[in-house]
Amino acid sequence: MPGHVFHPGHSALHGITVVVETRNQRTYVGRFDTEASGGVHILDAGVHDFTAAGQLSKDEYIKRCAKFGVPTQHKHLIVPTAEITRITRLGEIE
Amino acid sequence: MPYNPTLVAPMRTELTRLGVKELTSAAEVDAALGDQRGSMLVFVNSVCGCAAGNARPALALALQHSVLPQQVVTVFAGQDLEAAARARQYFGEYQPSSPSMALLRDGEVVHFVHRHQIEGRSPQSIAADLTAAFDRFYAASV
Repeated sequence: MPGHVFHPGHSALHGITVVVETRNQRTYVGRFDTEASGGVHILDAGVHDFTAAGQLSKDEYIKRCAKFGVPTQHKHLIVPTAEITRITRLGEIE
Repeated sequence: MPYNPTLVAPMRTELTRLGVKELTSAAEVDAALGDQRGSMLVFVNSVCGCAAGNARPALALALQHSVLPQQVVTVFAGQDLEAAARARQYFGEYQPSSPSMALLRDGEVVHFVHRHQIEGRSPQSIAADLTAAFDRFYAASV
């Protein structure tokens, strides 16, 4: 929905559930809150760690979040901006 | 911490005026969902003005469709804590989110609309997906 601001006065992604991919082995799925100097603040987030044994693949994890919802592991976390390679709306994942 | 009941009253009324039955305790949830037969939609209400503010009108639009669930009930996340938590126990592996909607048939979730499928969408668009799900899962059961 280009140009649509979900919460007036905030970032266009504020309140939107997003997939945050990073340069390291972790992918975060949660509600985008804000972007500050420390990074992107994500609420009610689940984390996929590629290095963890027995994990689903990253794509499988994201698809599972899209179908079944986000298994919250962190109420609030900050992902450093420099580590982020892509931010996608979870609602766009089939 | 729940919001002031006076502030959320209009959000409850927006659903109950449609004939949606409000469940405010675990006992009421168990009575409605415990041995559920036929088709039922459970609307998990929320104070979130942007997502729930579109989800409630979407439900109102969808309930004008020709194919409908036999029962429509609601619990209020963040307000009626016990009822919302108990309702979520009936949603199997679907993770909690609010607002959200669970479509059940004979006690099983057959379709789930998560918050992330509501965010940033118009009531008309959400209602179109809901009515498609009604057609798919409930057309033969009413």
